[in-house]
Amino acid sequence: MRFAVIQFPASNCDQDAIYAIRFLGHNADFVWHKENSLNGADVVIIPGGFSYGDYLRTGAIARFSPIMQTVCEFAKNSGIVIGICNGFQILCEAGLLPGALIRNRSLQFRCEHVFLKPATFNSPFTCKIPQEKLLKIPVAHGEGCYYASPETIQELKTNDQILFQYCDKDGNLTEQSSPNGSLLNIAGICNQTRNVCGMMPHPERACELILNSEDGNFIFQSIIHSLSKTADKTAIKS
Amino acid sequence: MTEPKITPELIQKHNLSPQEYEQIKAVLGREPTYTELGIFSVMWSEHCSYKNTRPLLKTFPTKSPRILVGAGEENAGIIDIGDGLAIAFKIESHNHPSAVEPFQGAATGVGGIIRDIFTMGARPICVLDSLRFGEISNSEVRRLFNGVVAGIAHYGNCFGIPTIAGEVYFDEAYEGNPLINVFCLGVLKHNQIARGRACGIGNPVFYVGPATGRDGLAGAAFASQDLTDESAEQQRGAVQVGDPFMEKLVCEACLELLATGAVAGIQDMGAAGLTCSTCETAARADTGIEIELKKVPQRAPDMTPYEIMLSESQERMLIIVHKGREEEVKTIFDKWDLPWAQIGYVTDTGRMVVKYDGKVVADIPAKAIATESPVYHREAREPSYISEVRSFKIEQIQRKFEPSEQLELLLANPSIASKNWVFRQYDYMVRNNTVVYPGSDAAVIRIKADCLPPDPEDVNIGSATKITDAKISEKFIAVSSDCNGSYVYLDPYEGSKLAVVEAARNLACSGATPLGVTDNLNFGNPYNPELFWQLKESVRGIAEACRALNTPITGGNCSLYNQSPIGQIDPTPTIAMVGLIEDRNHITTQWFKDEGNTILLLGLPVDVEDPLQGLGGSAYLRTVYGIKNGTPPRCDLNRAILLNETILGLIHGGSIKSAHDCSEGGLATCLAECCISHQIARNTPALIGAEINLTKEVIEKFKLDSDKILPEALLFGETQNRVVITTLPQYAGKILSRAAIYNYPAAIIGKVGGSKLIIKTDVGEHLWDVSKLYDIWWNSIAKAMH
Repeated sequence: MRFAVIQFPASNCDQDAIYAIRFLGHNADFVWHKENSLNGADVVIIPGGFSYGDYLRTGAIARFSPIMQTVCEFAKNSGIVIGICNGFQILCEAGLLPGALIRNRSLQFRCEHVFLKPATFNSPFTCKIPQEKLLKIPVAHGEGCYYASPETIQELKTNDQILFQYCDKDGNLTEQSSPNGSLLNIAGICNQTRNVCGMMPHPERACELILNSEDGNFIFQSIIHSLSKTADKTAIKS
Repeated sequence: MTEPKITPELIQKHNLSPQEYEQIKAVLGREPTYTELGIFSVMWSEHCSYKNTRPLLKTFPTKSPRILVGAGEENAGIIDIGDGLAIAFKIESHNHPSAVEPFQGAATGVGGIIRDIFTMGARPICVLDSLRFGEISNSEVRRLFNGVVAGIAHYGNCFGIPTIAGEVYFDEAYEGNPLINVFCLGVLKHNQIARGRACGIGNPVFYVGPATGRDGLAGAAFASQDLTDESAEQQRGAVQVGDPFMEKLVCEACLELLATGAVAGIQDMGAAGLTCSTCETAARADTGIEIELKKVPQRAPDMTPYEIMLSESQERMLIIVHKGREEEVKTIFDKWDLPWAQIGYVTDTGRMVVKYDGKVVADIPAKAIATESPVYHREAREPSYISEVRSFKIEQIQRKFEPSEQLELLLANPSIASKNWVFRQYDYMVRNNTVVYPGSDAAVIRIKADCLPPDPEDVNIGSATKITDAKISEKFIAVSSDCNGSYVYLDPYEGSKLAVVEAARNLACSGATPLGVTDNLNFGNPYNPELFWQLKESVRGIAEACRALNTPITGGNCSLYNQSPIGQIDPTPTIAMVGLIEDRNHITTQWFKDEGNTILLLGLPVDVEDPLQGLGGSAYLRTVYGIKNGTPPRCDLNRAILLNETILGLIHGGSIKSAHDCSEGGLATCLAECCISHQIARNTPALIGAEINLTKEVIEKFKLDSDKILPEALLFGETQNRVVITTLPQYAGKILSRAAIYNYPAAIIGKVGGSKLIIKTDVGEHLWDVSKLYDIWWNSIAKAMH
């Protein structure tokens, strides 16, 4: 499996995404923001960081980069795209995901491990997470409060697009368990066609026990699993 | 363009003495130009020249077989960590700028020290911050604290470097003059070391990075004066404005360029900007340098040569390139959309020649300004307060021993309380290497292949540079910064030794062998003999301790003139120490692990030969009685070495579950921290209780007479060279016999378990709910900041 990790100026979780994917035994390489080819990658990761210094608004400039036009095409053709932290912000700015990420309610940056409750297992990003499993994954952001209109929130619910919600260690969706004040404790969502995911927590930072958690691997393994399923089907058809 | 005429007033305004002005005339053989006066004033400021401290700094131990680049040679020292790998690290202060503009002052402190590290060819992998403020109850202090933390967070988080450790103290001595010391560490291979040298006659000199503005004009000179009431208003223009986004790009571009081999020399433009980088690179290489200021990218209109030379605009680098390889600079900096300009070349004249539109505006022998500044041997005199504070006897206070309440008071003291309000604002885990987070004795960071700067074959001009698949043998670096300013105030010599020893002990408790030190000397005006005495005594203590522990000083920073209208600061020599862990199984944390584990104390419960039994200068006396008096606990360097060897031996033997250094707040505080400091996730601590026995029968095992020990000294005294460790019950005997071989006092003092911390002493049983202690300790600073 080949993962493309987009490198914008001041992406800074880019090498961590590569590390996590290679740790699982798959291929990952950078794609430079000025390029317009994904070099045949199976999955696109838009990593965390402060792309273009987050000037104007988080993710606001990155969406205009040449590679994002290619990523949008890739997504429209059912390609799997996961945006993490700044990547989530970029996907919202690019219109690939609904809603927006605004300043944390505390008005401060927050770096800590949180618990996540998968809200659905019906997605390429959550299908291999064991039922009842809460994921312990870190967040590190200043603008991670998910916000959208009531209609959009309703649509997310109706279409089962909410992927992860912040919860406490027992799985309760409490206000205190959210590091940023997101509506409905939303930590991650997908688009209607379920091939584009955005999440504020960093699964790539939870890829081995020495880093305090390996729960992030469930998400990457879900992606790998669903793609190999697709690949198998294609193989049978042809 | 006409420059102002030089008058005695102008000379004084530049902080140059009449004698120094005479020396300038002697160097030049004529009157200086206005631009030259500016150049001399910054280069001969304390910040750049160490003119008042150089004789003292020469007494530091700076050698060990591991040193690859030693103190004072370059922008940062470099230490060999084996397998062809090395670490570069340094600490620097941004006290004055942060007092005036806390956010930008602290942010640019981070930016400056990161540049010092990648200038050496290393990839910066972690930052540590050592902060001191006035009392948190003061709203102005809270404003500074808030701004400083936000500034560090802003710069480090955006750059993408984890801020993994540090310390924060609150004491009225720092009111109006906070201390902001920032440390950075980077990793590189031996063959990747870069030098700040203008080598190769005729080689072109490049300016890279953002354009020069009027910000930070003469910041180095500003940092070398006392802070006054007027400082805030008058000097705000001397504070630089940082852009971490730019720094990230400049760093990546420089590391790529260094990989190509096109670089002959490189230096950041930090304090004294273009001035310092040009004359220092020429002086180190024994060459000259000539630059044309018209070619320097500028973002403010009509800047004068004086302003361009003295600007401290951030994120700029000076690069000397091998002739014929200019294209590589242009291609790489274009790839990163960064400004660059060829502004001059290396000469053989030994002079720094600065032209503006072809006309010479400065022509000075490079060495005269870079290395041959005046040197002063200042007068030192023991301050009058010393004998007074040291005459303190415990009988002078109305003793009230109320341990239940007093432990809670200590844990709520913001200098002891959890610093989570601070570090949760820092991204302390970006780059997937932080294996022990802030909150244990020392933070531990892993070195893996993607920590290294790129190799030539990885660099991809016009596209993303590859991350190597190659593996390196895994290593871990532990870092800790320490200094108890109260101890140093009471006894600069002993207090400074204690700072070094505590840093080493923190590393040993984490499983690391100490390798080296970078120091940040925060002191007062050197012209004041009493303040200079503090500095002199402190340096004597640091030198002696570092020599004994075999941890050479690889570089550092002096910040003098720390005094505000309110008074003197406590003299504060911040010691940042770095250690190496070769095996991931040796990484040790401070918190208790499992029910039933046996708790041992290594070291004497109380130093009974100390008349104050470890209470002198203690957090207990300050917190409960509001006094900073007495002689600090005694520092026995031989015992410190022995303890570290014992701890490391035990950790390497594989029998240690946890190890925690016993310092501020004494044994009771240490034990409480072991019960409450393990945080699993947001709002999710891993609390565990303990039952401790410190009654006569246990005290006797240390060959001490329980009747001679003050109960408050037993619980809250700060006797040195003590560590609390835990182990499985079956290993406790082995540990005791091992300690006996080392001839180090040790005994079992209790076991882990339950939900309460229970301490039995001869005067009674004291008991606390660990969840309550946690709440007090964890939320204290957040509550104060609301």
